[in-house]
Amino acid sequence: MEFLVASAIGTLTSGGLYLLLRLRTFPVIVGIALLTYAVNVFLFSAGRLTVGVPPILRDDITGYADPLPQALVLTAIVISFGMTAVVVMIALGAFLGSDNDFVDDQPESPDDRTEGGS
Amino acid sequence: MSLLIIVALPFLGALLPGLMYPAGRAACAGITFTVSLVAFIGLLTHLPAVIAGEVVMARVDWMPALGLNFSLMLDGLGFFFALLILGIGLLIIAYARHYLSRDDNMGEFFTYLLLFQGAMVGIVMSDNVLLLLIFWELTSLSSFLLIGFWKHLPAGRQGARMALTVTGMGGLAMLGGMLILGQIVGSYDLSVILQNRELIQADPLYVPALILILLGCFTKSAQFPFHFWLPHAMAAPTPVSAYLHSATMVKAGIFILARMWPVLSGTPEWFVIVTTAGLVTMVLGAVIALFKHDLKALLAFSTVSHLGLITMLLGTGTAFGAMAAMFHILNHATFKAALFMSAGIIDHETHTRDIRRLGGLRHLMPVTFGIATLAALSMAGIPLLNGFLSKEMMLEEAYDTVLFGVPWLVPVMATVGSLFSAAYCFRLIGHVFMGPVRDDYPAKPHDPNPGLWFPPALLVVLVVVIGVAPFLAEPFVKLVTASVLGGVVEVPTAYFAIWHGLVPALFMSIIAVLGGLLMLAIFNPALRLWDAAPRPEAKVIFDAVVSGIVGLARELILPLHDGKFTRYAAVGSVTIIAAGYHAWVTGTVGAPARAVQNPGLVPIVGWAVLIAGTGALVMMHRNRLFSLILIGILGLIISIGFVFFSAPDLAMTQFTVEVVTIILLLLALNFLPRETPVESSVLRRMRDGGIAILGGLATFGLAFHYLVRDAVGSPISEFHLANSYQGGGGTNVVNVILVDFRGFDTYGEIIVLGIAALLIYALTQSLLDGPVRARLASRKPAKPRAGDVHPMMMVVLTRVIMPVVLMVGFYIFLRGHNEPGGGFIAGLIVAIGMLMQYMANGFAWTSERLRYPYHGVIGAGVLIAGLTGIGSWVFGKPFLTSDFTYVRIPPFGEFELATAALFDLGVFLAVVGAVMLSLESFSRLAQRASEPESDLPLRDDGLPPGTTAPKEGV
Amino acid sequence: MNHWLIAPVILPALMAPFVVLAARNHISIQRVFSLAGVLALIAVAIGLVIETMDGTVMLYQLGDWAAPFGIVLVGDRLSTMMVLLTSLLAFFVLLYAIASGWDDRGWHFHSLFQFQLMGVMGAFLTGDLFNLFVFFEVLLIASYGLMIHSGGNRRMRAGVQYVLFNLIGSTLFLFALGSIYAETGTLNMADLANRVGLIGAEETVGIRVAAVLLLLVFAIKAALVPLHFWLPSSYAEAPAPVAALFAIMTKVGAYGIIRVYTMIFPPDLEATAGLHDVWLLPAALVSVALGMVGIMAAKTLNRLVAFSVIGSMGMILVSIALFTPASIAAALYYIVHSTLAAATLFLISDLVRTGRGNLDLTTQQPMAGTAMTAVLFFVAAIAMAGLPPLSGFLGKLLVLDAAYDTNLVVWIWATVLIASLVSIVGFARAGSVLFWKAHGVTATDDTRDAMLRERPNVLSYVAVGGLVTLLIGNTVFAGQLHGFTIDTAAQLFAPDPYISTVIDTPGKLSTPQEEY
Repeated sequence: MEFLVASAIGTLTSGGLYLLLRLRTFPVIVGIALLTYAVNVFLFSAGRLTVGVPPILRDDITGYADPLPQALVLTAIVISFGMTAVVVMIALGAFLGSDNDFVDDQPESPDDRTEGGS
Repeated sequence: MSLLIIVALPFLGALLPGLMYPAGRAACAGITFTVSLVAFIGLLTHLPAVIAGEVVMARVDWMPALGLNFSLMLDGLGFFFALLILGIGLLIIAYARHYLSRDDNMGEFFTYLLLFQGAMVGIVMSDNVLLLLIFWELTSLSSFLLIGFWKHLPAGRQGARMALTVTGMGGLAMLGGMLILGQIVGSYDLSVILQNRELIQADPLYVPALILILLGCFTKSAQFPFHFWLPHAMAAPTPVSAYLHSATMVKAGIFILARMWPVLSGTPEWFVIVTTAGLVTMVLGAVIALFKHDLKALLAFSTVSHLGLITMLLGTGTAFGAMAAMFHILNHATFKAALFMSAGIIDHETHTRDIRRLGGLRHLMPVTFGIATLAALSMAGIPLLNGFLSKEMMLEEAYDTVLFGVPWLVPVMATVGSLFSAAYCFRLIGHVFMGPVRDDYPAKPHDPNPGLWFPPALLVVLVVVIGVAPFLAEPFVKLVTASVLGGVVEVPTAYFAIWHGLVPALFMSIIAVLGGLLMLAIFNPALRLWDAAPRPEAKVIFDAVVSGIVGLARELILPLHDGKFTRYAAVGSVTIIAAGYHAWVTGTVGAPARAVQNPGLVPIVGWAVLIAGTGALVMMHRNRLFSLILIGILGLIISIGFVFFSAPDLAMTQFTVEVVTIILLLLALNFLPRETPVESSVLRRMRDGGIAILGGLATFGLAFHYLVRDAVGSPISEFHLANSYQGGGGTNVVNVILVDFRGFDTYGEIIVLGIAALLIYALTQSLLDGPVRARLASRKPAKPRAGDVHPMMMVVLTRVIMPVVLMVGFYIFLRGHNEPGGGFIAGLIVAIGMLMQYMANGFAWTSERLRYPYHGVIGAGVLIAGLTGIGSWVFGKPFLTSDFTYVRIPPFGEFELATAALFDLGVFLAVVGAVMLSLESFSRLAQRASEPESDLPLRDDGLPPGTTAPKEGV
Repeated sequence: MNHWLIAPVILPALMAPFVVLAARNHISIQRVFSLAGVLALIAVAIGLVIETMDGTVMLYQLGDWAAPFGIVLVGDRLSTMMVLLTSLLAFFVLLYAIASGWDDRGWHFHSLFQFQLMGVMGAFLTGDLFNLFVFFEVLLIASYGLMIHSGGNRRMRAGVQYVLFNLIGSTLFLFALGSIYAETGTLNMADLANRVGLIGAEETVGIRVAAVLLLLVFAIKAALVPLHFWLPSSYAEAPAPVAALFAIMTKVGAYGIIRVYTMIFPPDLEATAGLHDVWLLPAALVSVALGMVGIMAAKTLNRLVAFSVIGSMGMILVSIALFTPASIAAALYYIVHSTLAAATLFLISDLVRTGRGNLDLTTQQPMAGTAMTAVLFFVAAIAMAGLPPLSGFLGKLLVLDAAYDTNLVVWIWATVLIASLVSIVGFARAGSVLFWKAHGVTATDDTRDAMLRERPNVLSYVAVGGLVTLLIGNTVFAGQLHGFTIDTAAQLFAPDPYISTVIDTPGKLSTPQEEY
């Protein structure tokens, strides 16, 4: 079981990294999403793997899954949601502004001067 | 007057000229003169003490821990230099007032001049080497400003930068050297360092320290091979040249040589380096000077040559040499400053400094003629003038000096040097003043008003007096020499006299003078020879070097930082993986502590789907819609995984967030291209793949390592499990952690959400206000829209389930504290419900009916959360301390009502508001896109953005 | 219970939503509240510094839960000093933003600014690693908003890269946290310091990797080469006041390194020996060199300043990497200097832009308001290039002095001295091109336009002048400040009082913690 989870994390990371290195914003963002999955699972697995004992206090159970990583991951998920929304929006703005969705800077075009600059 | 005040005066005074500027030129010069005069008098008050051989001290702590203190000392040497700096300074100020023209900003000029003066006085009075270095660099900076004073002259700018670069380099080198000395001795106080001759010269770091310090001295004093910057600094106004480049700044290096003489001199390294550099500089400078046609350039190189002479004298390391050096510093200061001022006068009156265009001025400018001639003859070493005396001593010293084991080398070189120096002095007199009166002067020459010629005249009087009655100067020079020698050796008893009998030095100087006359006689053929001879032009080389460095820097930096994010990311990933790997291989791995649980069929299936999904996503990521679907599937599997591994809350959150994210991306994709084109080469993709696999392996290894091992201590969550109920009043420990144990995290987290929403809103706004709006309106949708925008089924369905969704949300929210659920999930569920409304009924219809001020909702959420936290202050408890009780709300059953729940309400609101505001921003973009250009609200009404935007959704 | 310690976090955290709620469309009201908030921050910060001056460690248990189970804020000399620095910087930057009208060129500037402050303050004060992550996210997402404030294509594109790179950083942070929790079962820094000590020599990989990942997170923030690539374009393209405020963000990374690698992973800890002490110093030296060469290479003023930031961060990291009390004290002194100098230069570059219309380092006609701007630039450049007499030189002296006993002394001295020569030349070139060459340009038609161009208003000069004054004060009172940083370093290298204060203070339902 541990192997499955670990390898899943590894696979997600690989996929994320590969897409992260693409040239257009959209795949890069997808890559970031994959990386987020990977790291969430990783953080979750920091509490080790336990089946069938959710950290909801019951009178009849003694051992529970480690609740702290769950709380941390929950926080992480929500934060990364906010981040994703933001990066999507900024990327969209950049695309609408210059009509291409390259991540890398392209050779200067004359109308590329910073606006609102002076 | 305290030394501190003497040093501080010029700096404080530097403010005045600028302020006095409106009061007129006279006022500026007057105030400057007064300031210097006060400092000068203050200095003289210490004369008795100095003559008595005392060392005046003053000290204020600055950075005691570092050993950098504002400690000053005044001994013979310091007094001598301070006298030169302030005395000649006074004359220069008087001179400059008449020299500068109306359109020069005199306030600015005198401000810089005073700054420089203060820095120089600081150098010669510092008792702390670090402090000395500070003043040292200050002279470089202020001279940078003075040389570049005529900003419109390119020569001035370049000269200034060259001077700053060269002397700045020297300063940094000297910084290194001084720090080493300080570390050797254990103190940065000069008075301490000067006591430790043996310790320093025995230390292995003596040679590096010596070389670094000498670098500083040689660059400042324009010694070979750093002599090239001085002539270019002559682009400065003449008063500056006269002050900085004859009397003071260029002598700073000499000063350090003299100051450090007791600890550094006497070793073979010192002797060879210093003497050689001095000798070469002396000859080279003299030769170049002879063939310069610009008066100031001629004087500049003669200065170089004389500085070389002094350096050489200090290099020999004998007491007599030191005394001769001190004496020559005095004499050189007098006649050279006088000559510079005369050159300035000539330039001022005839509007040229080119010797070839001058001549026969002796009748037209008799006063100037007299001054310049006396000064020049003194420089040439003619008896009855002070130059002769020190030159004799120099030649005598040279005669006894054996360099590289060649007895004749130094004497011959010295003779040659003084021969050329005599030659250019005679040329100066001959070609400028003698000869027939010409009729083609650029301006009608005549003697200037006394304001200009009085200062040099005063100096020439000194020249003559000392020359005729050397015994007047003798005690003073010996006093100075004594403080140079610092008790290492005795001051020589040699008396100063014009006639020493038929000593070798006499013959050498006779040869020099006669040779000089001869040289002048054959000047023209010699000049032709000189012009024919190829020689390196320092400026060209320097510029080439600098521009070379700049070019190199650009080659190096610009391609590296060309905004290629993909490279940045690749480099970053590799670095991280490499560092992690390094940490791993250098560590030790123990045996696993936990047994590996064996998986059932279900997990394996889920795992397989996950792997396959990721693979498919990577393979087909070019189809963006498809990759979104895959992302959704992956998220779903992960949430199932969370359920399986007993994390229901996570599962719900993951799932709901997933839905919202997908919708976001869909909305975004609505604007973006549907496909990602194939661009990167196979090689690149292989590289990326390699990095990706490495990263995957790294995380896999790490995760597996931790999964099969236990933490070093029992996890702190045991406390949470144990105290969740009676401490937090909830049985859902995760939720209790979120809203109670670690509520502060959650607080920060909803703030993140809120900021995200604000940001997105602000961005949309500025996009819609900016040029983008036009592009939006004009762009064609990538695909034809579906025939039925709002399918009937969905419309009906969503309107029916909306209340249900709200109920569910409420329920989830309430039970959250004890069962899976809570503010987040509830918020997201409600948000999704409202999203459905948007999707089904379209933006316009919905925003008609759902006019929630989302800004308000977010703000309220964050505020409620914050205030809940503050509420506990009332009970004297820290931020976010919770309390709770139980209530029964039919039909939902018994709930516990905790302040934490109030906090959770804040979370709920923030989540709803954030999600809705972001999505609404997107749909507003979509709105604009589908609107024709014409019915956009015009935004050239000058009001702040948004005040007139009706579709703000608030 | 003394609530002052949390004020620097709560104050902006409440100010921001209030501004959004109450005054979204009234810039003047926003300005008033924003300024008032920052002034209050300064007052609180001064109070905190005085409180901790004598070595007291202030503790604030959120939710009344004892560490390590709950989150705690901890105020010691280091954190309160950083808080004060931040609030002072924030005040003048905000003043400039208002004076220059930058805050009105887009939406929500003031609330984002306040949120940014909240994030920075929280990062400095928190005693819990995951909470540190949360505050990192707060300050980052706020910085995204400020970075793209008032839009523009180039800025947008730079923004995308900035956000993406930092997302990588955040992911890395989570990996590090996961590793740390998996290895130690705790998140509280003080508790970590205890538990890391328990790790045996037979099983060190886990903690080693965790330590390095965390260090890299901070290194990204601190723009350590080769993780610095995000900095030049984002700082250069960001609105000037924002870039000036960002001067403190790189310092957050430096702070993290100082805090974590003196308390949790001290240099003398076997388990993590031979890690950062191997490569941190060389990397830092490269940063110094690269930054200064960048100053030479830059074609526009704002990029020049951005590179000088990398260079001075390099200096700080060099000093930190030595991990001796003296070097940490030097680093802290240099942090104050570099923050002020960088901010000043960014604001000055905006003055130039206002007077000149662009920042290209090419000869152009004279700009409006040259004289004053030139003076300010000269002072700030001297400070940044590390020339006497300003704090840059003093800081450099401290670093060189601290480096003397190390075995890499030759490398450090050579790099630092040569680099500062290069930067001197670079700044001299820039200055003479911007302020002197213009006098050589013959008047053309567009010269008149240049003269017609608006000159920066007085308040802008006041704001910049204020920062310059701080720089000078930092020089004049160098002795006192250095003394304080020495005490701070001493406190960092004797962390037991800190740890015991955090761990042994009881909270709700918990007696002082039992041993493991």
